[in-house]
This record gives sequence, structure tokens and C-alpha cells, in this order.
Amino acid sequence: MNKKVMAILVPVVSVLIALAISTVIILLIGKNPIDAYGALIKGSFGSKQAIADTVIKTTPLILTGLAVGFGFRAGVFNIGAEGQMVMGALIAATFASNFGSLPPLLAIPLTILIAMSVGAGYAAIAGFLKAKTGAHEVVTTIMLNWIATYFASYMVTGPLKVGSGTPKSPEISDSCQLPVLMKVGAIEMSAGIIIAIIAAIFMYILLNKTTTGYEVKAVGFNPYAAEYGGISVGKNIVLAMAISGALAGLAGATELMGVHHRFLGELSGGKGFDGISIALIGQNNPIGIIFAAFLIGALRTGSNEMQFIGVPKHMVMIIQGIVIFLVAADRIVRTIMIRKRVEK
Amino acid sequence: MFEGRSYIVYAVEMVNIVKRFPGVLANDHVTVRVKKGEIHAIVGENGAGKSTLMNQLYGLYHPDEGEIFINGEKVVIRGPKDAIKLGIGMVHQHFMLVDTLTVAENVVLGSEPVKGLNFDMKKARQEVKELSEKYGLFVDVDAKIEDIPVGMQQRVEIIKTLYRGANIIILDEPTAVLTPQEVEELFEIMRKLKNDGKTILFISHKLHEVMEISNRITVMRLGKVTGELETSKTNPKEIARHMVGRDVVLRVSKEPHEPKDVIFEIKDLVVKDNRGLTAVNDVSFNVRKGEIVGIAGVAGNGQTELVEAITGLRKIESGHIYFEGKEVAGFTPRQLRELGMSHIPEDRLKHGLIEEFEAYYNIILGQHYRNPFANGAFLNHNNIFKYSEDLMEEFDVRPRKIDHLGGNFSGGNQQKLVVGREIRTNPKFLVVAQPTRGLDVGAIEFIHKQILKMRSLDVGILLISMELEEIFSLSDRILVMYEGEIMGEVKPEETTIEEVGLMMTGHRIEEARRG
Repeated sequence: MNKKVMAILVPVVSVLIALAISTVIILLIGKNPIDAYGALIKGSFGSKQAIADTVIKTTPLILTGLAVGFGFRAGVFNIGAEGQMVMGALIAATFASNFGSLPPLLAIPLTILIAMSVGAGYAAIAGFLKAKTGAHEVVTTIMLNWIATYFASYMVTGPLKVGSGTPKSPEISDSCQLPVLMKVGAIEMSAGIIIAIIAAIFMYILLNKTTTGYEVKAVGFNPYAAEYGGISVGKNIVLAMAISGALAGLAGATELMGVHHRFLGELSGGKGFDGISIALIGQNNPIGIIFAAFLIGALRTGSNEMQFIGVPKHMVMIIQGIVIFLVAADRIVRTIMIRKRVEK
Repeated sequence: MFEGRSYIVYAVEMVNIVKRFPGVLANDHVTVRVKKGEIHAIVGENGAGKSTLMNQLYGLYHPDEGEIFINGEKVVIRGPKDAIKLGIGMVHQHFMLVDTLTVAENVVLGSEPVKGLNFDMKKARQEVKELSEKYGLFVDVDAKIEDIPVGMQQRVEIIKTLYRGANIIILDEPTAVLTPQEVEELFEIMRKLKNDGKTILFISHKLHEVMEISNRITVMRLGKVTGELETSKTNPKEIARHMVGRDVVLRVSKEPHEPKDVIFEIKDLVVKDNRGLTAVNDVSFNVRKGEIVGIAGVAGNGQTELVEAITGLRKIESGHIYFEGKEVAGFTPRQLRELGMSHIPEDRLKHGLIEEFEAYYNIILGQHYRNPFANGAFLNHNNIFKYSEDLMEEFDVRPRKIDHLGGNFSGGNQQKLVVGREIRTNPKFLVVAQPTRGLDVGAIEFIHKQILKMRSLDVGILLISMELEEIFSLSDRILVMYEGEIMGEVKPEETTIEEVGLMMTGHRIEEARRG
């Protein structure tokens, strides 16, 4: 079967299988699956507020998904999106609280640029270590994650600390905040989603239409052949990590500038790690990643509504887990589908 | 009930096997009968269906129709596990070894001896050593796979099958990767195995080898059996006729051509291998425009490192490399390509191709960043597609599908793609390593013609090959390499295979001449 068709079919079939299995589980706990899924959909798309909430949850997931997915395409496993996101947002927050005198047209791009550069630089450390010494990026990025986490918690409990209660940094200047697209009650949906979608389109073009994409993929698939073809393996590993980190930094920026308006612990909240699942479900394809992030974002938003009718919200964790399992083990799905075809 | 079967008990009987792949009938009612304790050759051109057939015997594929009998009993082989249980072992064309493990660890992998809960390394080493001594399969049990030559890796694969109790051993094109000496050693091993009662299925398309080693031959062509022959009652011509359906000419004709100025030269070159040992020791030679300089030698005598150093893939310890008189030591592969150097690498799967890339992306590898394939940062897909279609047409790469993935072409077509890519860059100097390894007669002829065409266009060519026949028929001058040094330089018309053979085993030209 066509490769491209399979790339779409595998995640879609996986989601359907996951829903089927969840249906059985919901039945087993004595609830009505139709009601449960109805609540899930209502909770994620049923009202303006629900939609805004879903979009807000989806935005950073698209960006971290792109970060990890791009890394995979380039043959590096960036587990460090979390740390890069934290560092990007933290440093950007530090500067952005003093950008009050700048007009938004300058302050917003500047803040984004800071977050992306910091994310890129932080990830490039792991890339550089891999290129120079062969240290595996999985190990180094995990170490860098911890450094970022503890550094951030030091900053918000020490030098940057404001107020009492949850450790947090000062609020960023108004001019650095992303414009609000939709306001429902206390929920403000910022232009972050537009940034995320532009980033996805940009990554699609980078991967498929440019020489940089070609080189990075070549190194990812077969570094020996890439080197033979005059492509510098070391340079491209550092570059791939840096681009991946920039995207994670951008995720930090949209959370900072569009949601929290200051740095605090929950800003990253595991979204960097979620990027791994999103990249897997989206098959490392930037456009696929948008849909994957949207799926996970919607499931998480809708889970509260489901809870109200007595179906534990952890049901969505089960759905998510099965989808990831099936996509990761896509050979299983492929085999089932191929066997079906052969039997016919 | 026993229709189509005879009453002799065969070690292996595959009866009326049919195997279809999408669009291809790979095996069309193939019947092969292998007697116990014989060396049975399965011969055919690339794509004749030999490997497909053997993969079914080893359980990697399942026949669509037909039956398999092992020692007279009908069996269904669902996977390699079943095959191993039935005493069938297979040594694949591409070795299935873990590079970073030792020889002993690789052999026992999957059925490790244990002591309590621990892996019993001592016992593993002991058992591997015993097996290796019993059959003359010399290996260094403690060496890592990545550090040992191809010939030894193959012996490890054979030991692996023996360790798992194989009585029927399938060798899929085992000589494709070996030097003449290593081939001799392999044959010696095969004879010992046969004398010990093992049954061997030997897949090959090299007729002289088949004549030398086999007892019986099954010839295949385009998925069908075209002949069953007793080796002692046939000759290479007859086998070739069954193989290709016509008589083949086994040699290319070379026009005389006057070489021009020196295009490439190395002086006192020293290069180390991955283990840090000197692999190329003080080597000097030059190549002129319109000349083919052949480097003969047994595998692992520094040829790989020499090629890598010349093409910018490996750093040199000392010495000089000149391209058109200009020092290029330390240049990157890209810089060298831009100067006009092309390289057909010895390992097309490692260096030559990106298996996951479409043919059109493989075709532009090395020039992907340049006009007409890129305008600034962007790839120009229209030009890439057009160029790829032309190239695949010109070099007869089949199937003629530019979006076919590199890894999905057959070996011969992969090589044509690589050769086409490198030749189409209009190089001034071409490094060609093992250009016909594992290819069939038709593809070899085609590639030899291409190389000779480059020579007539005044390209300087450095040819590195283990195939002495190839070296002799193509080269204008032959250098023989042994343990990283050049033993001497000869002209093919003024020397003999024996003389070169002596130099390949470490005799300097003066000694070789004395005899």
C-alpha cells in the first residue's frame, strides 16, 4: 500500500481501535459509552469556552510535538523539549518583564526570539556533545532537563521571586503579551495557536522543500551515506537539535506570552514530554502533528465533563495510551490490515 | 498421493513452490531436491528467485503453493525458529551480526549458555572455540564483529548455524563478499562440513565456483527451474545457457587509449584504521587522465582505508594527496566532489545509498545543494524528477520508478543507480571500489562498459577490486596491496594471475618475478 496512505491510516485506525477498547472498559464499569463520549465531545467542543480551552491546550502540544518530531526525522531523540521549553520561557520572562517601553510590534517578536534562541542554544549543547564525543542525546537531554528544572525553581524562589504562594516570576509587560483572539469569561484564547500552525507549516516546508531538510533527513537515515554525499554529520546533528530546541522554546514562549504571562512551575508541566507522544501519533509529519496535538488537547479538555457523568477522567489516559501503543507498534496495525487484504 | 515425489529420501525437497509478490511471480512451481550430504548449488541471475526460494525454506517467507519435505517428512515452516528446530541454518548475504558484540557472544546470541542466572561467557567461548577448530573455521572468539574482516564475519555466521545444530546449511551468495583466497578457505570449510554429513545449499551465480564445489546444480531463471544438472556431467557453458537463455560473453573488450597528464597523486600516505593500527603504510602512486589504475589485493589489506582517505571520509596521519597538482589532504568530501572527484563506494548499502530515500533523492546525493537541484535554500523538485528519470533511463535502473525507495531496488539496480549518479557528475577523477560485488553477469558487463567509457573520455580512474578478473580486464596498470603497502606495479599484459597472486600474499614484485 502507498506509504503516504499508510501514514494517515495507521493513526486513524489506532484511534478507532482505542475508542473500541475504551468502549468495552466503559461498559465494564457499568456506564453508557455513548453518554461518556457525548460528554467528552461536549466538554471539548460543546461551547465557546470548551473550544477555547481545547485550543489553548493544543497550542503548546503542537509546538513540542514539532520539536520532538523534527528531531526524529533528523535521527536524534530529543527528550529534552521539556527543559528547553522551561529555559526558553524562563529567560524570556526575565527580559520580558522590562519590555514595557517597547511597542508590541517589537516586544512580541523580541520575546519570541529570546525564547527560541535560548531553547535552541540549550538543545544545541546536547547536539554538540553528541557530535563531538558521541554522548547519546537521550542521556544528555535528560540531564539538561533536570538542570533546567532546578535552575528555574531556584530563579522563581530566589532572584525572580514575587509575591507569596506559588513561586513565580513577575508578570511580563503588557506589550509582550500575545493578542487575544477570543475571550470567554475568564478564558482568553491567544494568538498562540496561529503561531503554532505557522510553525507547523514552516517545518513542513523546511523538511520537504529545502536542502537543509534534505541534509538533516539524510543524516538521520544514514549518517555514513550522508557523509559520503558531502553532508557534514556533526554540523547537522547540532543544527537538528537547535531547530528542535527552538520549537520547544517557542512552546515556552506561547505559554508565557499567551497563557500565564509569567513564569511558574506549571508552565511546562510535562508538555515537553507530551511532545514525544504527539510526534509518534502524528508520525513525525508536521501536519499530522497538528491533528495529533488537537486530539490529545481535546481529550484532555473534554475529560472533565466526562468525569461529571461518573466516568473517571483517566479514561482519556487509557485512550491516549492505547493510541500511542498502537502507533508506536504500527507493525501490528499494518499486519492486521495487510492480512485482511490478503484474506480477501 | 506421492505424485511428483520419488522414493529416495532427500534432505530437502521443495515441491511445486509458488511464491507471488505484488506484481511479481518470484517462484513459479519450483521443485528442488537436495540429497543428504551433498553440496547442491542453486544458480541463477539476480532476480531469478533463488533467495526467495531459500527464504521460504528458512521460514522467512511462506509459500503460496507447494510443499516442503525435510528428511522425507512434510513440514510447515512458520518462521526461522521452526527452521532451526528442523536443523536448517542460513547464512544470509547481508550478515545478521551485532557489530558491538564479540564473536562468541554473537554465536550464542539467542541460545546463550547460562550458569545459574548469569550468562556463562566461559562456556560460550569454549563451545565456539571447539566448533571453530572442528571445522577449520578460524575466528578470534574475543574480537568484536566491527573489528574483523568480512571473511571472518562469514565464518562466524557459519559457526552460528552449527551451534544451533544445523544439518542443512543454506549459504546465500557466500562468495560475493570474499577474495579468491577467502573463497578457497570457504570451499575447504564446505568440504569439511560435507564430509561430516552436513547438507549444503550453495547459492551463487559464479559458474567457476559452482563447478569447483558443487555435486549437483539447480539452475533458475525468472522464477522457474530451467535445469537440473550433475556437476561432473556439465560445463560452465551449459549452465550459462540455462541461466540466461543465451550464450554469454564473459569479458569486455578494451580499446587502446593513450593516457594524458597526471590528474591524481598520493605521496607517502599513511592512514590508520578504526582500531588505530596503521592500515595504509607509506603508499605513493599516481593516476593519469584516461587511465585505469587497478588496485588488487586480498580484502582487509588497507584498500578500504585508502579509499576513505582519498575521498575525504577518513583523516590521514601523514603524507600528501594531490588533485591536479594541488594539495587536497584534509579536504571534506564536498570540497573534493566540487573539484571533480567522484566515488563509487565499496558498500552501496552503507555509503552509497540511503535506503529510506526515494530514488530521486538518492540520485542527487552529493549535488543536492547545487544548481539545478536547488535554488538557494530550496530544492527544485521539477529538475530533480526530470534528471532522475533521464538517469534511470540511461543506466537502465529497474523498475523505472523515481519514487521507489532506494532500499527496495535489487542489488544490481542499486549499483546501477549509484554508478549512474557518480558518472553523471562528469568527474575528472573517479574512485571505483568493488563496483560489481554481488552482481549478475548482465549488470557486470554494463558497469564495466560504463567504466571504460569514462576512460575514453579522459577521466582518471582508480579501481579497487577483489575480483582479479575485473582488475585484469579493465586496468591499464595494476598495483598490488598487501598489509597496507604496495608490493609492486605491473601491466596486465605483462604479468600473470600467478604473479599478482604471489604479490597479494606478501611477495614483493622482485621476489614474485623470481618465482
